[in-house]
Amino acid sequence: MLKYLIQKEFKQIFRNSFIPKILLVLPLMVILVFPWAANQEITDMKVALVDNDHSTLSRRLTEKIAASSYFHLQNVTTSYDDALILVEEEQADIILAIQPDFEKELLTQGAATVRIAANAVNIMKGGLGSGYMNNIVRDFANECRGVSNTPLPTPAHASIINITTQSRFNPYNDYKIFMIPALLVMLLTIICGFLPTLNIVSEKERGTIEQINVTPVSKIAFILSKLIPNWIMGFVIMSVYMLLAALVYGLTPAGNLLTIYISALVYILVVSGLGLVISNYSSNIQQAMFLMFFFLIIMILLSGLFTPIASMPHWAQVFTHFNPLRYFVEIMRMVYLKGSHISQLTSQLGALLCFVVFFNILAVISYKKSS
Amino acid sequence: MNTVIETRDLTKKFGDFTAVDHIGFSVAKGEIFGFLGANGAGKTTAMRMLCGLSKPTSGQGLVAGYDIAKQSEQVKKNIGYMSQKFSLYEDLRVGENMRLYAGIYGVKDKLINPKIDETLAQLGLSAEKNTLVKELPLGWKQKLAFSVAIFHEPQIVFLDEPTGGVDPITRRQFWELIYEAAGRGITIFVTTHYMDEAEYCNRVSIMVDGRIDALDTPANLRKQFQAENMDEVFRKLARKAVRS
Repeated sequence: MLKYLIQKEFKQIFRNSFIPKILLVLPLMVILVFPWAANQEITDMKVALVDNDHSTLSRRLTEKIAASSYFHLQNVTTSYDDALILVEEEQADIILAIQPDFEKELLTQGAATVRIAANAVNIMKGGLGSGYMNNIVRDFANECRGVSNTPLPTPAHASIINITTQSRFNPYNDYKIFMIPALLVMLLTIICGFLPTLNIVSEKERGTIEQINVTPVSKIAFILSKLIPNWIMGFVIMSVYMLLAALVYGLTPAGNLLTIYISALVYILVVSGLGLVISNYSSNIQQAMFLMFFFLIIMILLSGLFTPIASMPHWAQVFTHFNPLRYFVEIMRMVYLKGSHISQLTSQLGALLCFVVFFNILAVISYKKSS
Repeated sequence: MNTVIETRDLTKKFGDFTAVDHIGFSVAKGEIFGFLGANGAGKTTAMRMLCGLSKPTSGQGLVAGYDIAKQSEQVKKNIGYMSQKFSLYEDLRVGENMRLYAGIYGVKDKLINPKIDETLAQLGLSAEKNTLVKELPLGWKQKLAFSVAIFHEPQIVFLDEPTGGVDPITRRQFWELIYEAAGRGITIFVTTHYMDEAEYCNRVSIMVDGRIDALDTPANLRKQFQAENMDEVFRKLARKAVRS
């Protein structure tokens, strides 16, 4: 019985004028466009430099900033107020003000003051920009101490501990590498969660589901006939996605491929179950779409996909525990970047399995062949 | 007489509204049973209960020997159903739709194809086996839907306004198909708004406001209501309706 239903689904999918195209375009979009669009690195910040010292050292600091890939030297003025106007006019993002006697103080006392002011309308950009600027200035001070012919006196309060940072698992701190494994969650959610939902609801709209409901087809067989083709497509597209990640970005999983596929299978069961529940409670496509967007937006925001969960307020962190996306995003990053073994993923996989049981039981209960 | 449908006090309520109000009747094997009533009289609701699509609020119904409330899956194995709204898959070909439903009802794989060819030849649609259903004219679609509903040789087939919107010639052909199926022993349970079609039935029931107000052969009904034709019988009964 199931054989005939699955044959029917495949015929309908490939005869549809829209779905095969989506299946082709979606992975390409996600792998080729999203990692760049979701990039939160800050480069090319426009700097307004206020140089009130006009010394050799202030010019060297200016050159050092101009040479950095993070900054673009927009303007050099002598007035802090002029620089502020530039910020207001959106022509500059950050101000570095070098005080008069900068060189003199640095050479005689071993310390001098500069002032950094960043436009924090975009908090991320303001915060990261002033951080980078801090590093460059500190670096500059260390260089001065090192190369100066007459060694600078080291002031009592100056830091003498050098901190070196090594980024493990993503040595160049490449944001794209961070995003690619996690973005797979979007693909699987759409293909294995949303497509079957729309498919079932459209059968309701057309009335064909009633014809099926009056036959001896069991609930389980009908549901499986909707899910199995999407599971197969999900795995094919996931493989294409990982292949593209390797070809385009040179990113291959550090961990075991089998671990990735097993986790994906569990996750697919979760989103399919959620999709079925939505389809059972919606009587038309409009309702189903609305519900899916509602869940998708909330789940993505609370998944840690774009923003770190650790920096959310405590109550929001509590919510993330009820979000299956969170666990799959974690698993993918752990396996892909750190090479975590399946035994290190038990808590995440355990949580996902709970969602599998919950959503699928709810789906079978809420699907009614009769009213 | 071999009874295949029997109901007693069958009732369906939606909140305060009683769509079907204690109806009781029985239908014999091979009979063509006309189930008439004005719009909103409760025909479709009653039929959906008999098919196991809707659970009765109270009362009993036996279809093909199975209880419609408790054994609805058993009922479904023994019936065919053709809904008011055309509901074959428009994006599947004619032959594919037949194959799907044959498979669902458990017709043996090697028997399916010869039977599809035979049925299509009988319908005069052999040339359309590989046509997408959405490209067929309505009359052909209705004939196809009927053939699909009886493809697995059910004991009973339920037809909900099968000839709505169909031209007179096709309607005539449709009734020939119905007679042919009844001749093979398939019981026909049919709703219609065409009173000429009511005359083709062996027995007719007329529902008014959720109750069955008349049930007999067309000839007896005409005599009972002193009417010239079924149309007049229907109008005399439907006039009493409180629901509009």
